[in-house]
Amino acid sequence: MEHVIEVKDLGKKYTINHHRGGYITLRDVLTHIIKSPLRFLKKKAREVAGIDTKEDFWALRHVDFAIEPGEVVGVIGRNGAGKSTLLKILTGITPPTEGEVRMKGRIASLLEVGTGFHPELTGRENIFLNGAILGMTRKEMVKNFDSIVAFAEIEKFLDTPVKYYSSGMYVRLAFSVASHMEPDILLVDEVLAVGDTEFQKKCLGKMEEVTQKQGRTILFVSHNLSAIRRLCKKTILIEKGEVKMFDTTEKVIGHYLSLATHNSTNLFAPTPGKRAQVTKVSIKDKDGELSARLPVDEGFSLDIEFEVSDPTKAVLSVLFYAEGDILLFSSESDKDAQLRDYAPGTYRTTIKIPPNLFNVGMYYFETRFHRPGIELMDIKQNVSFEITDSSDNPRSIVFSGQHSGKLAAVLDYQTEKTS
Amino acid sequence: MTSAVTIIRPKKVLSWRDFQELWEYRELMYFFVWRDFKVRYKQTIVGVGWAIFQPFMSMVVFSLFFGTLLKIPSDGTPYPIFVYTGLLFWQFFSTALGDTSSVLTSNQSIITKVYFPRLILPFASVATKLVDFAVASTILAGMMVYYGYAPHLTGLFILPLLLLITFMASVGGGLFLAALNVKYRDVRYALPYFMQILMFVTPVIYPASIAGKYSFLLAINPMMGVIQTARATLLGTAPANWFLLSLSFTACLTLLVIGIVYFKKTERYFADVA
Repeated sequence: MEHVIEVKDLGKKYTINHHRGGYITLRDVLTHIIKSPLRFLKKKAREVAGIDTKEDFWALRHVDFAIEPGEVVGVIGRNGAGKSTLLKILTGITPPTEGEVRMKGRIASLLEVGTGFHPELTGRENIFLNGAILGMTRKEMVKNFDSIVAFAEIEKFLDTPVKYYSSGMYVRLAFSVASHMEPDILLVDEVLAVGDTEFQKKCLGKMEEVTQKQGRTILFVSHNLSAIRRLCKKTILIEKGEVKMFDTTEKVIGHYLSLATHNSTNLFAPTPGKRAQVTKVSIKDKDGELSARLPVDEGFSLDIEFEVSDPTKAVLSVLFYAEGDILLFSSESDKDAQLRDYAPGTYRTTIKIPPNLFNVGMYYFETRFHRPGIELMDIKQNVSFEITDSSDNPRSIVFSGQHSGKLAAVLDYQTEKTS
Repeated sequence: MTSAVTIIRPKKVLSWRDFQELWEYRELMYFFVWRDFKVRYKQTIVGVGWAIFQPFMSMVVFSLFFGTLLKIPSDGTPYPIFVYTGLLFWQFFSTALGDTSSVLTSNQSIITKVYFPRLILPFASVATKLVDFAVASTILAGMMVYYGYAPHLTGLFILPLLLLITFMASVGGGLFLAALNVKYRDVRYALPYFMQILMFVTPVIYPASIAGKYSFLLAINPMMGVIQTARATLLGTAPANWFLLSLSFTACLTLLVIGIVYFKKTERYFADVA
């Protein structure tokens, strides 16, 4: 077998439950049976007879691809296209509904940094626990222990419970353990989204080193196109559960970007199993009308609707980008950037954007539901809008439409003649 | 894990591979036991003493009310040592069952992010309680010295068998409840109440002989055989009832098999539902 990963006609079907709130209770089921036994029997009979068809949703269907040893392959696609489902099947977390995957060699997966970290345990203890969960043997952990500690830069806090760690230290330690895995195949999901830029660079460096020196096969799912460009020679584009394109990274990213259009309403199919997730983002102009083309000197608003299925402590952030992956700023749902407790239910957050914030041009933003530096529960990216020039904007007249920069803030200039 | 070829296909309910995997992942199972043990004793001030304190206090309270005040018969042994022997096994069973039933939901964040055979979680959780059992047994040893009971040789030989039966009962019942708890999250709220009732129909604080000719009804409960035999052999009050014990063994083995099959059947949905 020359391929290390061979995926054949892979499919994953979810049955959509139409009740909300994530899970059901035995109490509800029992009361339902007692209150209306006839209706219950009727429903059961229909299900058995196959009349009552449940609504099926194929998160992945007819997925075929093969990867050669030592290849680093990126996986991109819109939110809900099936990237994470693919990775979950490859790691064995969830079984496929149809098809087959063959993988050769030792497999390790990194879907989250710090999986299984326990806040009460010390750094030292968590290294061993996390290592064991990631599939390292005790021998490997002992061998790599010093190197893990050195990379994480936590020597002094080795015997402190990790609940006292700063989020930076926590992520460093977690990534450090993960990067010392020695598998033949490494499956990585959106893990670089946590942590600061400095650390992300360090991680990317480490990953590059690992792939070049040790010839490891990596499948790397990310929204971060520049990271994909840097690491991966080839990329898979997944759209609506199917492999749309599998070619060199440049070609695939080029094609992917050309698909991007901006809509005033963006709907995201909910992924089963997520504790909290954004389901709809709409952009409205100053009069509350849906629009993704907005005049520079008028305010507008973003309506973010999200669903919480389990009690969640998190913060909703919105990160604004200008063209070319330039992060302009990030803003949190709570002004004091505190985590908030969300009970199960649906929510809507409206964010008011003042006039003259963004300059004329194309922008896009992402929403994140997270505990910064610890856990990223949901990320929705590439929601775009366009800021247009308005005819009666005095600045446009002065600069004849060439007002430069990404921001259009109007600052107060007080000039007095001093001599 | 090995350098062999991994094949992922739609899942069958149960295969031989599942048991092989259980063995391959024994190191992770050990780490889960180690984690649970460490974490639990870090959170309490008295630490490991908690494992002794809990059954000991129950023994004192029961001895006072049922032994001294109500004068419940205890098959000719002092009531404290009588009730403690029962409590030791009962608490192993009830705490193991309780913890195991929520083992999937409490490890949800790991289950949805990493693959490992899910079966090791319930096994690890019951194994943790075995450590508690060992710690709490020291009190029994102390009491046996105090009341002048020399441990009978049969008792020591039969102890592993009793532990095995209790282990199977907790893992079997726990697997079933854990899988049920993933689907219906209110199971764990109903469980403590149910366990309390179950304790009163198990001869923990009274001898089975109290039920007279109906005592055979109590035998439906597999824990009865274990506790009866533990008392009979460890304290030497009566010869071991092998018939009762084999009945318990068969019942627990059946429970274990049902538990594993139901658990494996539900397993494929865990990561999607949890």
